[in-house]
Amino acid sequence: MKLYAKFFSMHLRSVMQYKTSFFLMAIGQFITAFSAFLSVWFLFDKFHQVDGFTFQQVLLCFSVTLMSFSLCEGFFRGFDTFSSMVRNREFDRVLLRPRNEIFLVLAGKIELSKIGRLFQAFLVLLYAVPASGVEWNLQRVLMLVFMLLGGVCVFCGLFLLYAAICFFTVEGLEFMNIFTDGGREFGSYPMGIYGDGILRFFTFVVPLACFQYWPLLYLLEKSDSLWCMLSPLVCIAFLLPCWALWRFGVRHYQSTGS
Amino acid sequence: MKKYLSFFRIRFVNALQYRAAALAGMATQFFWGGMLLLMFAAFYRSAPESFPMEFQELSSYIWLQQAFLAMLNSWAFENDIFEAISTGNIAYELCRPMGLYGQWFVKATANRMARAVLRCVPTLVFASLLPYPYGLSLPPDVATAVLFVFSLFLALGVVVAFTMVIYIITFYTISPTGVRMAATSAAELLSGSLLPLPFFPDGLRQAAELLPFASMQNVPLRVYSGELSGQAAVWGVSLQVFWLIALLALGMWMMHRALRRVVVQGG
Amino acid sequence: MITVSNLSKRFVVNRRKSGLKQAAKSLFHREREFIQALDNISFTIPDGQVVGYIGPNGAGKSTTVKILSGILTPDSGECDINGRTPWKQRREHVAEIGVVFGQRSQLWWDVPVGDSFDLLRDIYRVPEKRYRANVAEMTERLQLESLLRTPARQLSLGQRMRCEIAASLLHDPKVLFLDEPTIGLDAVSKLAVRDFIREINRDRRVTVILTTHDMQDIEALAQRILLIGKGKVLLDGTLEQLKQEYGRGSVTVSYSAGETQTLSGLEIVEQEMGRLTVATNGTREDTARVIAQLTGTLTITDISVKGPDAEEMVVSLYRKYQV
Repeated sequence: MKLYAKFFSMHLRSVMQYKTSFFLMAIGQFITAFSAFLSVWFLFDKFHQVDGFTFQQVLLCFSVTLMSFSLCEGFFRGFDTFSSMVRNREFDRVLLRPRNEIFLVLAGKIELSKIGRLFQAFLVLLYAVPASGVEWNLQRVLMLVFMLLGGVCVFCGLFLLYAAICFFTVEGLEFMNIFTDGGREFGSYPMGIYGDGILRFFTFVVPLACFQYWPLLYLLEKSDSLWCMLSPLVCIAFLLPCWALWRFGVRHYQSTGS
Repeated sequence: MKKYLSFFRIRFVNALQYRAAALAGMATQFFWGGMLLLMFAAFYRSAPESFPMEFQELSSYIWLQQAFLAMLNSWAFENDIFEAISTGNIAYELCRPMGLYGQWFVKATANRMARAVLRCVPTLVFASLLPYPYGLSLPPDVATAVLFVFSLFLALGVVVAFTMVIYIITFYTISPTGVRMAATSAAELLSGSLLPLPFFPDGLRQAAELLPFASMQNVPLRVYSGELSGQAAVWGVSLQVFWLIALLALGMWMMHRALRRVVVQGG
Repeated sequence: MITVSNLSKRFVVNRRKSGLKQAAKSLFHREREFIQALDNISFTIPDGQVVGYIGPNGAGKSTTVKILSGILTPDSGECDINGRTPWKQRREHVAEIGVVFGQRSQLWWDVPVGDSFDLLRDIYRVPEKRYRANVAEMTERLQLESLLRTPARQLSLGQRMRCEIAASLLHDPKVLFLDEPTIGLDAVSKLAVRDFIREINRDRRVTVILTTHDMQDIEALAQRILLIGKGKVLLDGTLEQLKQEYGRGSVTVSYSAGETQTLSGLEIVEQEMGRLTVATNGTREDTARVIAQLTGTLTITDISVKGPDAEEMVVSLYRKYQV
């Protein structure tokens, strides 16, 4: 942890070498996220609700997804850009250090300008929490925390998965965008609105729905089943297979060197 | 003209090399389009009477958008152009026997076309096989189809002319990324690529339709299904022509000034 | 102590042909090609030796270095470095080695070099006292004083390389791998780097494994040479031994009178009006013999002697082994 703080301060100092560039990028991030927000707003201006969710309730979902995504994008940047790390053999250097590889990749790249997106998510959350009509109590606040945690786990898992695939091929990786960028975009709405097939896929295969749709049902008292309460745990469990594939990838890298 | 053609060919062959990337891109776009339609379907269920266009028209809009994404998106920039500017290699480019503006314009156009040609056909075929009202329908008549193709190429011209202006702005700024991101997100929103313009609140919608961004996607994609027809279609396409000329002129003028600066400062 | 025995490594390369038809075919049937990067390699390196590991491109040099540094797992064979198998106990192993890639940097681009050093201290858990002593020593030996406060991006290549080498020694490694440490450097920096490596080896007894294409590096540093080609160790010996066996020198004379036909037992390399070049095997005795015979026969106005040239020697070696 102390070492991570050290890495963090190095990144901070690097960024401060290019202050203007950093702030412009952070603002750019904010604007990008803002146009996504606007399109949600415009739609609700016309339709008022979707599948029984109000604008404010959808915003709760929007901000949880955006916040966990931008946290991952900022702090898991090393995995997001992992194909270049494999291609230019930077990963060799990681293997030459007496520390955990995941830690080194994680700490080796932090994209601080994602704070623009994060800030946006925070603002929307600030608005949505009181406006969503949820009667907040301790359990529900805890649930919100678990939703965020679950979201971070799912997106981190996806980035890890992406990096693991990079060990085998760097071609055709674009399809992973379906889950990462797609997860962010389509996760703006509760996954339930896309129909049962999609909901099932995003529950059991890539558990995006497990940190937004299902817990949201619990928060809004649309369901009191145990499943809705426990679904964020699935997100945490999702890390396990991703981690296993990563380990497998590292071993493959070590035996082929490619 | 011949040298422009050979530029085109090289770019095309280059793009052909990356088949796996193209395949992955198509899968992504197909999924993306499908998810978007499911989302709109949910809104349609909630209040069908508020839906500003036929669902079938929306489906065609989305599928065309996905199919021609590589051609009409506002976020794909040529990295080597940025590099040429920031490293000063632009001096070499100036040595070639063609105007720099024309050269870059052709480069960007060729790249976008090459990527799109490779990717659009399978996406279009798949999309037209989907059941009503989720699939891609044929345009109502031949005249519409012709107008669509015309409008599509105008849109490509407008997009490239727009990116040219962004390239040239980098001459003057220290941080191209920030400018690029701001310009891109504005274009994304106002061209109707995040949300078709008919879904915008009134007032805002009319204003957005006048802006150059609307010429990038909004016009051709709506002309296709006949949603924009008759006078409205003619008006939209005329606006496209206007913006294309305006952006070309602006870009060339800016380039001229920027180059004079480069020459004076010695790079 | 480094012991390598029967190390082998084979890579699989998927052949790819151009053309749409071939691409479709390769979806179902892949054409594979095997490249034997290392073929039963064995050697031992005692502590404190400087070994020049040479060979043409693609000979298996970097594969060996990767295996010895724990990045790559071999197909078969054993390797023991200070009691550990690199790829099995990688993390413990890499804590005791230093690696410098001449073409890649381990320094942070935008922060002062000294901060990169601090980070390395924390990564390798170097005790504060050792760290301070090491930095002080490096600073003095490599004249890093002013460089430590400069971001790496503002350093010249030569300055950066000095910092890179210092960075890889901060944790007191027992073995130092140098992969083309002088590539692209100017003459002064090259000399500085070579001197430093020699001193470090002498004072700290660090084992150095040096891969390079620059034969002057080898001449200046290597106590022993391992020549590798086509995945096999072709030669193992000192530079002197090599010179004796494979080196060639020459004697060139200008003469004003005398008959060259009467010279016997000499290998004439080149002959033109009043100039004659004769080959030697590079040793002093042979050179003396040739000069004696030439001066006995010809009236000499000018004479020049060329010793064995490492560069040429390696070229002729490569040619001999057809690597």
